[in-house]
Amino acid sequence: MNVADKKRLLREMLFARRFEERCYEAYVERKIGGFLHLYPGQEACAFGVMEAARPGRDYVITGYRDHVHAIRCGADPKAIMAELYGKETGSSRGRGGSMHIFDVEHHFMGGYALVGGPFPLAAGMAKAIKMKGDDDIAICFLGDAANNQGTFHESLNMAALWELPVLYVCENNLYGIGTRIDRSTAVVEQYKRVSAYGIPSDQIDGQDIEVVFKAAQKAVKHVRSGKGPYFLELLTYRYRGHSMSDSNAYRSKDEEKMWSKRDPIIMLRDRLIEAGEITKDDYKAMDTEILDQIEDDIIAYAESSPEPKVEELEKYVLAENDPWVRGGKN
Amino acid sequence: MAELMYWEALRRAHDEEMANDPLVICMGEDIGMAGGTYKATQGLYDKYGAERVIDTPISENGYTGLGIGASFLGLRPIIEIMSVNFAWLALDQLFNSAAKVRYMSGGQLEAPVVVRSPGGVAHQLGAQHSARMEKVFMGIAGLRVVTPSNPRQAYGLLKSAVRCNDPVYINEHELMYNFKGEVPDEEYFHPLEGSEVAREGKDVTLFGYNISVHWCLQAAETLSQQYGIEAEVVDLYALSPLDRAGIRASVNKTHRAVIVEEAEAPVGVGSEVMAIINEECFFELDAAPVRVSAANVPMPYNHTLERAAIPKADDVVAAVRKMFGK
Ligand SMILES: Cc1ncc(C[n+]2csc(CCOP(=O)(O)OP(=O)(O)O)c2C)c(N)n1
Ligand SMILES: [Mg+2]
Repeated sequence: MNVADKKRLLREMLFARRFEERCYEAYVERKIGGFLHLYPGQEACAFGVMEAARPGRDYVITGYRDHVHAIRCGADPKAIMAELYGKETGSSRGRGGSMHIFDVEHHFMGGYALVGGPFPLAAGMAKAIKMKGDDDIAICFLGDAANNQGTFHESLNMAALWELPVLYVCENNLYGIGTRIDRSTAVVEQYKRVSAYGIPSDQIDGQDIEVVFKAAQKAVKHVRSGKGPYFLELLTYRYRGHSMSDSNAYRSKDEEKMWSKRDPIIMLRDRLIEAGEITKDDYKAMDTEILDQIEDDIIAYAESSPEPKVEELEKYVLAENDPWVRGGKN
Repeated sequence: MAELMYWEALRRAHDEEMANDPLVICMGEDIGMAGGTYKATQGLYDKYGAERVIDTPISENGYTGLGIGASFLGLRPIIEIMSVNFAWLALDQLFNSAAKVRYMSGGQLEAPVVVRSPGGVAHQLGAQHSARMEKVFMGIAGLRVVTPSNPRQAYGLLKSAVRCNDPVYINEHELMYNFKGEVPDEEYFHPLEGSEVAREGKDVTLFGYNISVHWCLQAAETLSQQYGIEAEVVDLYALSPLDRAGIRASVNKTHRAVIVEEAEAPVGVGSEVMAIINEECFFELDAAPVRVSAANVPMPYNHTLERAAIPKADDVVAAVRKMFGK
């Protein structure tokens, strides 16, 4: 990872942070409805892993905390914000919402709200990749608590059995909503659990993007070379509550403070400043630029976009004019 | 036209669709090397190989989800679930992922999977192997549900389902795989919507689907020969969406309706068809529509109790006679 990459990543992560914080505000203003799960604190996970992959080409799938993964794959942040606003210009035309961001053109294959739902979908995408003989891979980002679903075990077994090109990334933020991992999970160290399926794995610091990148390079290389699945456990932390409706009362101030000292953006920023690659002012200017962009381009776009038409309520339920519904060419 | 057994018709459809498109794959428990519990994929493992005819572990939700994920990237999986009773475990992926992905992605993504599974009551298989689950599938927006009553439909519905871009659930029946019937020699695609008049009649419409079509046909013969009542039998091979126009046309002609289902009455095909009749042709009715359904019990093992729990042709005859006061 060279200096230019680091500077770009700093900007991208800061953008993601500010984007999510602006979502928070818009939610408080009641511009955004439903459930809203934000990503601040975990940025190095998505950006570090994707830095080692091919964003826009490799197929990415995740849960409901999905805005930033979509952005990193190449989705237009304007379309994501418009989606959160429920607008027709949203990435899912206002039909999906925060938990269901999709950008299939950029191979971001969706955000799914059922905990553990994407595990088998990712394995299936990997099956399709393998059958077509492509060298793309499927990458599945999910949380720690998702690993207690049956789909985790069923999917790991099949992925290993059939040597499917899928990378499972566990963003272990230590909590499933308000239940800390040691209260829900017999084996706290998630990377150990996959050894039951003979899948290679690592547990690493998810707050240091350079560490994540390095581990992801190894993992991606393994998967892309046809050796089957890989499992990466990234130790991380979310700063806000699980969702906007979460009071976040179950975590101690000490714990929060400890993690805030390991902020992925601040750590990278300070490293670049120390190396003399950027100044504090550069960083501030960048931040201002980002905030302006979010306000002037992204929020303005979401605000001014049209609502979906009620007449189109039933569009997208089934395929339109599919000839096989009528028996095809008979 | 050749006479084929129901399982042979399914096997032929699998074979033709796999030959036609290298992206068609089959998945399920024991479907490959073992040839399939009901032989619907017999011989295909040797012909197409283990990559395309996949013996899965016993992980219904897992392999159904895997098939759905593969369909996102253009594969056309035909997923066999060994028995509909086990499909409960796969409903999460089928309902939450396959049925909803088109809508919640605003039309960007689709899941063209076929899930086929035998339901129904066989012979003394007990409470956990006798589910009739069509009512569960047909309430889900984004999912098509069809249910073949004969080999021609079994063949043609599977072929259309494979090519259709929507997820399709095909409801088969444990007892019907050896049913015989004519199947066109040339390639045939059955519509996934609509209904078929299996027997013309003018006095009363008997609505059936899958195995109950056969009870209706049997009952119609008895009614004609012994009571001079000419029953029309409508085969509802498409359960979702149901054929409103077909239901209306037949009831407008006969002015009487009996719905025959092997499933329990609550929240079922019968209640749904009755609601449609109410909405579409209430003022055409000469009598209140009637359901002939199964007892609302977990299926008993005892043979006599089991037979008492599900309808038969005689029950249909009795319901019609009562309606006519004969
Ligand atoms: C099947 C299912 N059960 C429960 C929920 C409610 N729920 C949503 S997120 C969540 C916690 C998941 O935690 P984790 O997998 O660690 O991901 P994180 O939110 O920490 O990123 C729960 C219980 C759900 N959405 N789906
Ligand atoms: Mg978590």
